[in-house]
Amino acid sequence: MELLSYLINGISLGSVYAIIALGYTMVYGIAKMLNFAHGDVIMVGSYIVFIAVNQMGIPPLAAVLLSMVLCTVLGLVIERFAYKPLRGAPSLAVLITAIGVSYLLQNLALLIWGSDPKNFTSVVNIHALELHLAGGQIVVSSETVVTIISAAIIMVGLSAFVNHTKLGHAMLAVSEDKGAAQLMGVNVNSTIALTFAIGSALAAVAGVLLCSAYPSLQPTTGAMPGIKAFTAAVFGGIGSIPGAMLGGVLLGVIEILSKAYVSTQLADAIVFAVLIIVLLVRPTGLLGKPMNEKV
Amino acid sequence: MKKFLSAALAAAMAFSLVACGSTPSSSAGSAPASEGTSAPASASEGASATGGVFKIGGIGPTTGGAATYGNAVKNGAQIAVDEINAKGGIQFELNFQDDENDVEKAVNAYNTLKDWGMQVLLGTVTTQPCLSVAPEAAADNMFLLTPSASNVDVIAEDNAFQVCFTDPNQGIASADYIADNGLATKIAIIYDSSDAYSKGIRDKFVEEAGTKGLEVVADEAFTADSKTDFSVQVQKAKDAGAELVFLPIYYNEANLIIQEMDKQGYDALIFGCDGLDGLLTIEGADLSLFEGVMLLTPFVADADDEATQAFVTKYQEQYGEIPNQFAADAYDGVYAILAAIEQSGATADMDASTLCDALKGAMTQITVDGLTGEGMKWAATGEVNKAPRAMKIQNGAYTAM
Amino acid sequence: MNALKNMKKTTRSNLITYAIVVLFYIVAQGLASGGILNNSMKGMLVPICTYVVLAISLNLTVGILGELSLGHAGFMSVGAFSGAVFWVVSGSNMPSVLGLALSMLIGGVVAGVFGFLIGIPVLRLRGDYLAIVTLAFGEIIKNVLNTVYLGIDSAGFHFSIKDSASMGLAPDGDVIINGAIGISGMKKASTFLAGIILILITLFVILNLINSRAGRAIMSIRDNRIAAEATGINVTKYKLMAFIVSAVFAGMAGVLYALNFSALAAKKFDYNTSILVLVFVVLGGIGNIRGSMIAATVLYVLPELLRGVADYRMLVYAIVLIVMMIFNQSPQIVAWREQMAERIAENPKLRQWMARRKKDGAQSEKGEA
Repeated sequence: MELLSYLINGISLGSVYAIIALGYTMVYGIAKMLNFAHGDVIMVGSYIVFIAVNQMGIPPLAAVLLSMVLCTVLGLVIERFAYKPLRGAPSLAVLITAIGVSYLLQNLALLIWGSDPKNFTSVVNIHALELHLAGGQIVVSSETVVTIISAAIIMVGLSAFVNHTKLGHAMLAVSEDKGAAQLMGVNVNSTIALTFAIGSALAAVAGVLLCSAYPSLQPTTGAMPGIKAFTAAVFGGIGSIPGAMLGGVLLGVIEILSKAYVSTQLADAIVFAVLIIVLLVRPTGLLGKPMNEKV
Repeated sequence: MKKFLSAALAAAMAFSLVACGSTPSSSAGSAPASEGTSAPASASEGASATGGVFKIGGIGPTTGGAATYGNAVKNGAQIAVDEINAKGGIQFELNFQDDENDVEKAVNAYNTLKDWGMQVLLGTVTTQPCLSVAPEAAADNMFLLTPSASNVDVIAEDNAFQVCFTDPNQGIASADYIADNGLATKIAIIYDSSDAYSKGIRDKFVEEAGTKGLEVVADEAFTADSKTDFSVQVQKAKDAGAELVFLPIYYNEANLIIQEMDKQGYDALIFGCDGLDGLLTIEGADLSLFEGVMLLTPFVADADDEATQAFVTKYQEQYGEIPNQFAADAYDGVYAILAAIEQSGATADMDASTLCDALKGAMTQITVDGLTGEGMKWAATGEVNKAPRAMKIQNGAYTAM
Repeated sequence: MNALKNMKKTTRSNLITYAIVVLFYIVAQGLASGGILNNSMKGMLVPICTYVVLAISLNLTVGILGELSLGHAGFMSVGAFSGAVFWVVSGSNMPSVLGLALSMLIGGVVAGVFGFLIGIPVLRLRGDYLAIVTLAFGEIIKNVLNTVYLGIDSAGFHFSIKDSASMGLAPDGDVIINGAIGISGMKKASTFLAGIILILITLFVILNLINSRAGRAIMSIRDNRIAAEATGINVTKYKLMAFIVSAVFAGMAGVLYALNFSALAAKKFDYNTSILVLVFVVLGGIGNIRGSMIAATVLYVLPELLRGVADYRMLVYAIVLIVMMIFNQSPQIVAWREQMAERIAENPKLRQWMARRKKDGAQSEKGEA
């Protein structure tokens, strides 16, 4: 009974990680860059929803759509001005720039919205979706249900988009070989921009779900979940869409179980230790493609 | 190519060295001129025979994860300084520097303030940086009054004083209050093991609880890196059958814990320390969840005394937020410095060390009626003597218990 | 002068690097004793030395070995804590130079041992997977150090991972590491001179390593691992060698850093610090030792110089970081800059060249017309 409720809590936390990790892995898979600013786009998306709902009185669903639109624009702007000039530069250069963008977003948020924490009002608090198990002893909150369903929909949707549409094929081609893709008539720049647009829209959704489940909003809100989600993406095999989902959920479950049965203080160390062990056994993550060595 | 690049960077470095090197000479040039003449414009005609401007330096995090606390102190202190300057007489100038809640940056900020000509240090805001700045200040014999760094080691030297309670003090007071009033016997603690403040209170609380016959049935930690999800900690407290949850933490995490308790349908008393003040001011929070939360705090923003109300109104006008206890501590800190200066008859042309000797002696003689306590007095150890007030949240407002 | 010309190119370049460090010391000392250097600058001298050593040592892993490490702060942290514990327990009773040197030695050795233990499994991974594992390692170290309580009394050391009370110290005992609060109340020992000497030692070891047989083996692994393996180079051995040397100097830099302040806490050594050092390395030029030294100095001083813009400080820092990165690394801008540099290089003939170009331009314009 106890274990069951810990498991549910773990899946609930894990599905939040999963939804963030999907954005990470999507951008990594296509553009081959670790977008460290992803967590901060999430934070911006959450602030937009917060402002729209609490201060402008916009209905929650419309606010989420607004946030998705604005985050998409933000993602495109970041891509255009910070990442695009570096196309063809060493991947480390892009990594550092992404970190710069992350600092930039955090400090902009600090100047605009202040440092006081805001309480994010859950936009998915739907009582009809609450699950009562084992005679009401275990309650699965509507946030958890919505998060898991959204993560699953997004995962399936993304996979379908990438594998079965023309634009998706273009993305795969770009991820495989930029030069060859260009020769085949794929517009590499717009394909990468599209990737960022989708990734940022996903970030907005992830922000809403993160803050609905854990309703505290500060300029640094996105940073740590971002790092954890990055870990989750690597755990599942970075670049793999189902891998991000699996990695996220597993990471959440491991974190909760190690808090519950080992030590609340050392939970982070345990999570990272498990990650290291998994990577030693499977050097490209759980569902990652094995790296081919070119001779 | 690389040569060109390194030459450019070297040039930039040389430039930065020169730029740095030249600062003191320029400030040295302007310092004599500023004395007595360039008091803040609003009050320049009011600058009287006491003459000159005391330069108060402040250090705290205004960016990064702990920015809430640093900004509150900065704003609270600024309000006090403006009030004092408007009255005429002794004039203050406040220069607040960011330390990002980092030991190393705090020392850098301290050195920057020394170059600026700081005579009194109001800071640092958080404990860890203060542990590294306090010895520097002691070596320079610089008067240090920290509004909110509550570790006992911070005031180890005789030049350092605190406005807030020390951590052990709060831990003992909390355990005593719970035991003496018979609130509960089975206690759960949820604390931040990566934070000196939280850990300090928790350690003393556990010790004192043992002697007072309280039973700590769950002692659960979280860390700065995993403070999103509290389901495990709450569930463990619930399963252990705790009647009261003790939260020696800050209000942002407390808000998440209280919501998690509500989600799990866990109904227990909640008791906290001064870090919980701020719960009622979280924008967008469901205040009904905070009903019945008890806290020992020296300051509440909706107290009905005139001084608090005036302060809160001013703060809201200028910064658009409701001040928390950090802001109030800083406000009181500036007034304590003023009282000590008046007591000792110090003047603004004294250097930092002479001023420190004067203020050190005066601190133990003054009594300050501030926002965070009536009749605050200081011991030579640097510890403040004021009575914590036990408050309870009822109908969305604090009421004294 | 002739001797300098006749030297091997690398030797000359190395000598110039040493000279820059010595010159930096002389200039800074001169300015300080002349009273021109303010407190803020003086206070930054030792941290600058720390970050320079960190940047040089990380460059060995990232630039020379070609593996991305995001856990450099972890090595710094084990070095800092072991060195500081030694310093608190016995080093501070010795003459300070000896105490500091021994602390650094211990910090370096402990960090090196960690480098060895972690390097064996981790170096099997590659690319971003190696990066995440080193990041994970740094976070584990931080998390564990946050829960460590270490005390000493007449009976010896006491250890706990719960709280300081459960160590059961005798009344005469002292708490050395107090969990998240870390070590406080230390006597400071680091000096600018010690920092400069550490930089020179680091440079000496790492530059010699790079220019040795082993160094060439390491670089061959970076450039083509399979080819290196095929020519009989023991890949694991050389990878480990680079990784451990890098860790040792990170540990020594950690001790220099720790003993420059009165307090030391594990929180400092998180992934942000690792990334900060990585920024120095990348901005200074991957594999370019001198560049990373200069980048570390400039980027460390920059946020302090920006204190004038108050609230906008970190915002400006972030923008400067992005702009510098694009300016340094963007292929288009690099090409443009190279063009400009060529023009400047031909400076003596610049006028002639300009004139000729004008004529050419005029002619070609005519031609086109």
